[in-house]
Amino acid sequence: MVRIFLAALVVAALSFAAPARAQDAPMQAVLQAHAELIVKSSRKAIGPAIDAVADSGLAQTQDVLQTWQAKRMWQRKADGVFFRGEEIDAKTSRLYDFDTGADVGIFANSDLKQVKPNSGVRAMLGAALVRFQLRDPDPSRRAEALAAIERAPSRQALAPLRAAIGDETDPALKARKVRAERLLTIAFDDDDAIRVAAIRDMGGDLGVDLRATLNPLVATDLRVFAGGDLPGGLNIARHVAPGDETLPRDTAYDMLVAASLAPARITAEEIRASLARHIDGGYVAGVPVAQLNADAARLRAYDGLVAQGLVPARVNDADIDGALASHRFAEVFAEPSPAVTGAARAALGQIETRVSANQILDLTLDALSLASIYFLAAIGLAITFGVMGVINMAHGEFIMMGAYTGFVVQQMIPNHTVSILVAIPLAFAVTFAAGVVMERLVIRWLYNRPLETLLATFGISIALQQLAKNIFGTQARPLTAPAWLDGAWVLNDIVSISYIRIAIAVLALIFLGVFLIVIKRTRLGLEIRAVTQNRRMAASMGINPDRVNVLTFGLGSGIAGVAGVAIGLFAKVTSELGGDYIVQSFMTVVVGGVGNIWGTLAGATMIGFLQKGIEWFNPSNTLAAQTYMIAFIILFIQFRPRGIVALRGRAAGD
Amino acid sequence: MSTLLEVSGVSVTFDGFKAINNLSFSIGHAELRAIIGPNGAGKTTFMDIVTGKTRPDEGRIVWGGKSRSLLNMSEARIACEGIGRKFQKPTVFEDQSVQENLLMALKKDRGPLAVLFYRPQAADLERVRALAEEIGLADQLYRKSGELSHGEKQWLEIGMLLAQEPRLLLVDEPAAGMTSSEREHTTALLIEAAKTRAVVVVEHDMEFIRRLNCRVTVLHEGAVLAEGSLDHVTRNQDVIDVYLGR
Amino acid sequence: MSFAARNPSVLIFLSVLALFTLLVTVMSEAIGTGLVSTSFVKILGKTLCLALVAVAMDLVWGYTGILSLGHFAFFGLGGYMIGMWLMYERTHEIAAAALAEGPIPPTEAEITAAIGNQIFGVVGSSDFPPVWAFADSLTLQLALVVMAPGLLALIFGWLAFRSRVTGVYLSILTQAMTLALALYLFQNDSGLRGNNGLSGLQNLPGVDAPQSHVSLWFFWASALALGVGYVFAAWLVGGKFGSVMRGIRDNEARVRFLGYSVESYKLVVFTLTAMIAGIAGALYYPQAGIINPAEIAPIASIYLAVWVAIGGRGRLYGAVIGAVFVSLVSSWFTGGQAPDVPLGFYTVKWVDWWLVVLGLSFVLVTLFAPRGIGGLFDLVTERQPPERHGANLGPDAGSLREKEASQ
Repeated sequence: MVRIFLAALVVAALSFAAPARAQDAPMQAVLQAHAELIVKSSRKAIGPAIDAVADSGLAQTQDVLQTWQAKRMWQRKADGVFFRGEEIDAKTSRLYDFDTGADVGIFANSDLKQVKPNSGVRAMLGAALVRFQLRDPDPSRRAEALAAIERAPSRQALAPLRAAIGDETDPALKARKVRAERLLTIAFDDDDAIRVAAIRDMGGDLGVDLRATLNPLVATDLRVFAGGDLPGGLNIARHVAPGDETLPRDTAYDMLVAASLAPARITAEEIRASLARHIDGGYVAGVPVAQLNADAARLRAYDGLVAQGLVPARVNDADIDGALASHRFAEVFAEPSPAVTGAARAALGQIETRVSANQILDLTLDALSLASIYFLAAIGLAITFGVMGVINMAHGEFIMMGAYTGFVVQQMIPNHTVSILVAIPLAFAVTFAAGVVMERLVIRWLYNRPLETLLATFGISIALQQLAKNIFGTQARPLTAPAWLDGAWVLNDIVSISYIRIAIAVLALIFLGVFLIVIKRTRLGLEIRAVTQNRRMAASMGINPDRVNVLTFGLGSGIAGVAGVAIGLFAKVTSELGGDYIVQSFMTVVVGGVGNIWGTLAGATMIGFLQKGIEWFNPSNTLAAQTYMIAFIILFIQFRPRGIVALRGRAAGD
Repeated sequence: MSTLLEVSGVSVTFDGFKAINNLSFSIGHAELRAIIGPNGAGKTTFMDIVTGKTRPDEGRIVWGGKSRSLLNMSEARIACEGIGRKFQKPTVFEDQSVQENLLMALKKDRGPLAVLFYRPQAADLERVRALAEEIGLADQLYRKSGELSHGEKQWLEIGMLLAQEPRLLLVDEPAAGMTSSEREHTTALLIEAAKTRAVVVVEHDMEFIRRLNCRVTVLHEGAVLAEGSLDHVTRNQDVIDVYLGR
Repeated sequence: MSFAARNPSVLIFLSVLALFTLLVTVMSEAIGTGLVSTSFVKILGKTLCLALVAVAMDLVWGYTGILSLGHFAFFGLGGYMIGMWLMYERTHEIAAAALAEGPIPPTEAEITAAIGNQIFGVVGSSDFPPVWAFADSLTLQLALVVMAPGLLALIFGWLAFRSRVTGVYLSILTQAMTLALALYLFQNDSGLRGNNGLSGLQNLPGVDAPQSHVSLWFFWASALALGVGYVFAAWLVGGKFGSVMRGIRDNEARVRFLGYSVESYKLVVFTLTAMIAGIAGALYYPQAGIINPAEIAPIASIYLAVWVAIGGRGRLYGAVIGAVFVSLVSSWFTGGQAPDVPLGFYTVKWVDWWLVVLGLSFVLVTLFAPRGIGGLFDLVTERQPPERHGANLGPDAGSLREKEASQ
């Protein structure tokens, strides 16, 4: 800006020295040459004027176009000379010369005429300006102009874009410009051979922008043609016979009707209306009204009316056949060049193959992510149910408690990173405590009585859920992830996964590790295994089974709490949060094989892949996906009643 | 003597542990047989296989005069074919009376529909009374079986087996936890039963087996180690090494 | 011994039921003194239906030891089946009447289209889904009330029992089945109006009587169904079949080695009770007026188990008492009739706190009174179980006591 200003000052100084003449004022000359068009400012006619200014090759071109676009160009009524004007107040304006930039003086608005381009003209001015913006010294301006082109590709942008590639210094912008140029070439270049070459250039690129460019090229329009032969010069995609699956007979005939090539059919509704109009003393064309509750009678009556000339005749099947036979239907490309459409089709086919491959990859990532969520929800259960054999139906409510703990912590600590770091151990502590209390008060009286445990924990689950509702209300509470977990890891336009899901997968793996270490490497793990395998023997060897049971149950519950924090980060925290996961969690443990952490992992993986797989076949309907998944699991249990990783023999306990 | 049950070359593996290893065994129509062996010799697994609870990995089990394979039959089907089993722990239906227990075991059509419309006939009740007489529970018919003593429950279970009228009786440690007079009664019951059908008794107690006075099969590590009279097997050096000597 | 003499509780139950029915009839608005409002007659009628499904639940859980968390799904399915006919016929009447106003009498196709529009407009459709094929036939829909839950139970039970899924696994599996069914019905393209469910079921097509009469008829029908169901259940468990059922509950393996095909028996009981549940549902929902998939959600089946447990499982009158007591108390507390308890710093609103109390009392019953309310009758009749050491292990671990089981 400063530079322009300085340049303007220099020019202004010079212009004071010598009054403007035509050869010294080249821009004014160009403007004057098209003065009439400029003042008229019609969108249809203005083109040559803009082109003349834009192609003038003068330094002040960009300034003039911007002034014009911003409605700040004024014409002095006295001599028709154009100036840049700045309104001082409602009545007066200060004018500047375009060529020299000199301050010409203050004039009354009544002596001036403001050039007011309409929006269409302004858009054309904008397009003309692009070439200047694309070469603007400010990289952000260049990026903006480029983004505008990418957003709304246009034929006009092609030439300036090509011109702006050579001297681009920023490599990232240059790459974008080259890509945009290729796309514009495909869409708008005049030479079909160049377009085809450009299409081939792009190969199986996965960008959405490329597909957006190619798809209009292969778009077709179903058209109807009278007579036997099709007019020449059309790029026909394929001929369509009425009656095949893409064009049912009725639809084809409706097209003829819409194109006024055939008379409209008389619908049942119209027949009914016509009959109602012509009721005559309880009869319609001799048929009693009471009999008109059947289609056959209605048609008879209507045909009677036709015979009397009161209503138009019905179109029968023979008429339809005749009309269809005398017309031809074809899908016609909007793009006239067969070479281009052919190349575009081939490219799209290639892209589609690569897209499906990438979609499978994306689906795999999704499924893994879902599996890690299920694993996280189920791992606590794998301990209480799998290791101890205790059915804890309130497990889901422990997950909920963990999530609400996270919410409460976030209310007190506004920093999201810190609050999550505090919430995780706190959630573990809270649910650990809840688990210990529950084990002491209820579960320990019910060992060896699984069905009663199931029922008692149901009772606790109901009470806890309602308690949460009473405390936190029924509306969903937010648990916000720290900012550094926002966003996603993007591989290309198809494959991406959000950081939060990656974090959950990592958390699930950490839990798996912790579980394995606790069970296999610690004293507690040894005691847990001892107590689960033979409680009496363990007790007689100095292990306190009560203590082990309490700790194990607390551990399982605590892990559920941490899982709750993680799940709360991407799901709504409501009192029903736990209920949404409990059945899937049990399924995970049962399908995987009870009493084996690898089984739980396998179960979670299977259920995750299954659900995503079913959703892929029927993406609109996640409810149906869950239905089919459960049905599948019920069937699966037929073949592996003990789960994927099964214990066999007498130890499995019949 | 024709064979009633022939087990040949049967093996079964649990997680790499060979519980039964190429076992062959046969028993005649009216024979009393005792099976002994150390813990883990596969005695209970052998019974599980014969009664269909466990499917062997390989081998054949042929049953009855018509030589039918038992391998593809369900437990219930095998039981209906005439193989009765008594468990180590007395398992009678404690919530039900002695009469109900025996009525349930009585050889009748086992189909749900037939059972639904079944009402005990006088003959059935008479048969139940006779059985109760035999096992010494005649005056306890209407008591809940849960109230019976341990030994009485064992007898009731034997009575239920007899009510099934099986052709082969598998009895797992019938004398465990019994007083000596109860043992004598049990011995008498089994010897009486073996007059008309095959009876296989798994037992640890040598004294009890001596009283049964029958052929003995010694199992070890899932295979037959020795077979013959009790005196014969107790003199066998292998048997002494693995079992008696310890 | 005659059936009645062997089951004195049946006679007592029937007399109490008859007396109750008579009392409500005499006090009803329709033909009596009007002491009992029509809406309360409906509540009582619904309660009788719940008692019937509780009897079914007791057969399958209390007697056979299968803790099914799916019987309320069968209940709902029965409701859906009768609801389809009620809604279709009712809409048919309205649509036919509306179309008859026009100058030209409507054709059958036009009426059907109008009904379709009316019924499925809420889910953005107007075509009849295939499941409505028999909706115009009362006989067929009545058959479906029994057949649909029966068939579902048969298929599910065959799969589950065949693979020897027992105990808590089976419970979880039945819960999953219930969840799957509810989720399926929640979809708009399930053909049963998605989460809108079926409504307007309280209107009997072709009947011009006021609701006070209709509600009383349904009350009678519910009482009759409960009476017949109770007698049937008592007959079932009183004979050898009941003996086998209890045997399966107490020791499945033993029953199997006695030569009974345990799977077939379980399947018969499961299917039969599903059918009874279907009938109960078909009587319940016309009194409720509306049915939607939320009714089928797994929690409903859990409540059913709660009723039976609180009433006392393994005895038929226990199930009835549990269902009647808990559902009436529940509707009293959640209906806003129970007075709030001001504690000074906090006012306990029962609408909010009832579920907490119910959940906790359920835990207490499981811990301290496993025989439920029905256990109180044992104190009166002095019917005591044999005294053995250790606590009862409950249905699935069978007749074993704690000490025996851990040996």
